[in-house]
Amino acid sequence: MAIAWRRDPDDALSEAKLRGRHVLFDFSAAPT
Amino acid sequence: MTENFLPVRIHVREQPEAWKRLGERYGVQWTPTILVVDPLGVERHRIEGFLPAEEFLAQLALGLGKSAFARQQFGEAERWFREVVERFPDTEAAPEALYWAGVALYKKTNDPSALAHTAEAFTRQYRDSIWAKKASVWLKPEAVRDARA
Repeated sequence: MAIAWRRDPDDALSEAKLRGRHVLFDFSAAPT
Repeated sequence: MTENFLPVRIHVREQPEAWKRLGERYGVQWTPTILVVDPLGVERHRIEGFLPAEEFLAQLALGLGKSAFARQQFGEAERWFREVVERFPDTEAAPEALYWAGVALYKKTNDPSALAHTAEAFTRQYRDSIWAKKASVWLKPEAVRDARA
């Protein structure tokens, strides 16, 4: 399951509001 | 399932400012924490801790159902809850979704038989789940009357 995670939360929240979408936040400490 | 979302990863070490700001806003206390956030920025579902893919995807659909339910979109909510049961029947999310599918249908139709049918379904599947216990009260006619109040 490959998810194309974004890194800008504010941009995503703005886009979600504009387009009526949901945001999926992953608060992570996993090695990158 | 993930195509229904704008997915954003906030890493504790790589994005300390965003982590602090949004972690405080949403009360994040552990990693991984996954949040389903509606278009207005309101948290509708939370997953704390790692889950295998099947359980994870089922939780995302459950979250979309909860979001629709909270926004009183009961038809949409029922569709998401039914999808959890049909696509991910062996997950921990499935009995919870079966319960809420019945509630969503009841809220949509105001027909208490939706609750009774859900309780009957729990006599055939997920019998050991806490959701079966919660639904069991709907097998009693007086309980269905109370639900209408």
